[in-house]
Amino acid sequence: MAAHGAVAEQHKGELSNGMLGFILFIASEVMFFGGLFSAYFIARADSAQWPPEDVLEQMKLAGTAAQSVKLELEFVLPLIATFILVSSSVTMQWAVMQIQKGSRTGLIWGLFISLVLGLTFLTMQMYDYTQLPFSSGDTVWATSFYTLTGFHGAHVAGGAIFMLVCLVRAMNGQFSAAHHEAVEACSFYWHFVDVVWIALFTTLYVVG
Amino acid sequence: MATITLPKAKGYERPLILDWITTVDHKKLGILYLYVSLFFFAVGGILALLVRTQLAVADNTFLSNQAYNQIFTMHASAMLFLFIIPIWAGFGNYVVPLQIGAPDMAFPRINALSFWLFPPAGIVMFSGFLVSGGSASAGWTAYSPLARTLGTGMDLWIIAVAMLGVSSTIGAANFLVTMFRMRAPGMTMFRMPIFCWTVLVTSVLQLLATPVLASALVMLFIDRNFGGNFFDPNGGGNAVLWQNVFWFYSHPAVYIMILPGMGIISEILPVFSRKPLFGYKAFVFATMGIGGLGFSVWAHHMFTTGAVLKPWFGFMTFMIGVPTGVKIFNWLGTLWRGSITFETPMLFALGFLSMFLIGGINGTFSAAVPVDFALHDTYFVVAHIHYVLFGGSVFAVFAGLYYWFPKIWGRRLNEKLGQFHFALMFIGFNLAFFPMHLLGLDGMPRRIATYNDYNNWELLNFISTLGAMLIGVGMIPFIVNVVQAFMRPKDQPNDPWGANTLEWWTTSPPPVHNFDDTPEIHSERPLFDLRQGSPGGH
Repeated sequence: MAAHGAVAEQHKGELSNGMLGFILFIASEVMFFGGLFSAYFIARADSAQWPPEDVLEQMKLAGTAAQSVKLELEFVLPLIATFILVSSSVTMQWAVMQIQKGSRTGLIWGLFISLVLGLTFLTMQMYDYTQLPFSSGDTVWATSFYTLTGFHGAHVAGGAIFMLVCLVRAMNGQFSAAHHEAVEACSFYWHFVDVVWIALFTTLYVVG
Repeated sequence: MATITLPKAKGYERPLILDWITTVDHKKLGILYLYVSLFFFAVGGILALLVRTQLAVADNTFLSNQAYNQIFTMHASAMLFLFIIPIWAGFGNYVVPLQIGAPDMAFPRINALSFWLFPPAGIVMFSGFLVSGGSASAGWTAYSPLARTLGTGMDLWIIAVAMLGVSSTIGAANFLVTMFRMRAPGMTMFRMPIFCWTVLVTSVLQLLATPVLASALVMLFIDRNFGGNFFDPNGGGNAVLWQNVFWFYSHPAVYIMILPGMGIISEILPVFSRKPLFGYKAFVFATMGIGGLGFSVWAHHMFTTGAVLKPWFGFMTFMIGVPTGVKIFNWLGTLWRGSITFETPMLFALGFLSMFLIGGINGTFSAAVPVDFALHDTYFVVAHIHYVLFGGSVFAVFAGLYYWFPKIWGRRLNEKLGQFHFALMFIGFNLAFFPMHLLGLDGMPRRIATYNDYNNWELLNFISTLGAMLIGVGMIPFIVNVVQAFMRPKDQPNDPWGANTLEWWTTSPPPVHNFDDTPEIHSERPLFDLRQGSPGGH
């Protein structure tokens, strides 16, 4: 009863209750990543070297880190992955624009392409993890690397599930130019995940 | 007020248990929140009595050191995470939609999800007592390196707190959308009842601070289980990092634990003084001020680490005293020349006012950095937190229970038993916690399982234990009162107190959809306006 009322009273261009709630939820997600990022920057500010090679040497001497460990990141693969994730944000927005014009076919294709790009990003990240010459315990640098990228990856996975749900609903014809709030919410979430990755890529790979 | 009886849909009537388990009604979820958090209040209270029994005499052997550490940790964790924070969600759930004239919360099913994360979290946290190594025992603050090295109970604690964090974050978003979007016609933001405003600011704090706690818990979990080095200097990490991230949440959390209590007091004082709240807008801005400043004072818990900018955090902490002082004047101005009557909700509200004032002043003491260096980790701090959270929040909880009991359960609690309950609690509280100031000034450290009588600490500790027992005994008249009330039929009119806000416009208890109609709203006190025949001033 209340839901019908909300739809009836909703004016064009005004956020619905659902979207407002979803934006507040994304604000809380920003604070979560804010906490992890601050931990990274505090650890970095506290260290004499970054990556902390001196700490790694001490750990190797103490036997708490393997001799083969190197604090080095692959650059090219994540760069390609970055382009893929940014492209998926573009295709996601395209999908939203399609359904705003009333094109269900456009929406389905847009969601499908974005989903494939998102899953490609995840696959590349998992492959990258298998190739890295350090594990989560090899200095705070490695711990924060895996924590930040891992939680981002989990959010990409969550976004991909959200997209899959939207895709199935789109194929069942549940969205129209007037009713496609879930797609809008999904695009907000996907752009948020994308922005977090750009911040991560800049922090971890470009600045180093 | 005519009520139209509609035919009920098929499947509307369900077995009672199923009805409560599947409910998405804000009033039922509010009641469930109240029941479960009061249960954990009892559990936390029993743990507190064990702690006080151990400390009653010097060199006591009633509890082992390990058991003592587990018990004081679980006492604080239960009281903060499983009692105070969720019981505000309970009052908020029940009262906020009624006060703004809405039929329910904005997202009833998310509301149910918020609630149903809460009892399992309590079970997970307390299941620590069943695993080897026992429950969490690093204090509710879980400082590293200790928290990195404890047994599985610590992991269960982390998971439980994370679940509660999710519960309060999504609950906060729900409250915010409800108050932004679902107010009755005529109720502008500055005509919202004060309790709603305090829940609103609390929700902003929960929405923005709780995820930071989640990030801290994640880091601690990774450190403990995946060989992480966030808090380990041997791996380049830093134990003080935990304190920074933890207090970034936990200082705002202190305001999460007190602001709705201030809101309840601000509903009760005007009703029993027969006057509008003095300085409504000043109170709203003071609440926002406390919320905003709350994010800039976290490191005053960390002065003695030497790793924080002491003058800044000291100054900002003093600043918190300004909006808090404004509120004290709001309350005193409301009482001033009012026709005051001393029903039980008013007694507890006045108890809050006086005890919270002491808690505020002794807190400002330790905002001064040199004083804090002398008092850090002594019983003075324990006295402070209990004057604020027991003298403040718990008195407000009981004020709210006595005040809204006729609305929620349709029956009125007995005044004589209520007065008896208040007297025992008020005397017991001061006996239990005032001596802790003296012990702290004398240098007795907190979180120690035993002490010797070299410094003559035994007498004050014994008095404190007596006070704690008195608080425990004080709960008996309350329980008797509630049981007797439930044995009486529902007989309460819509507005037994002569109150101001919309929840008293509908029946006691309200129907499923809350309102058949709402009166015209010209101020934050529509019922007062109706009685006095004068539109309000806002």
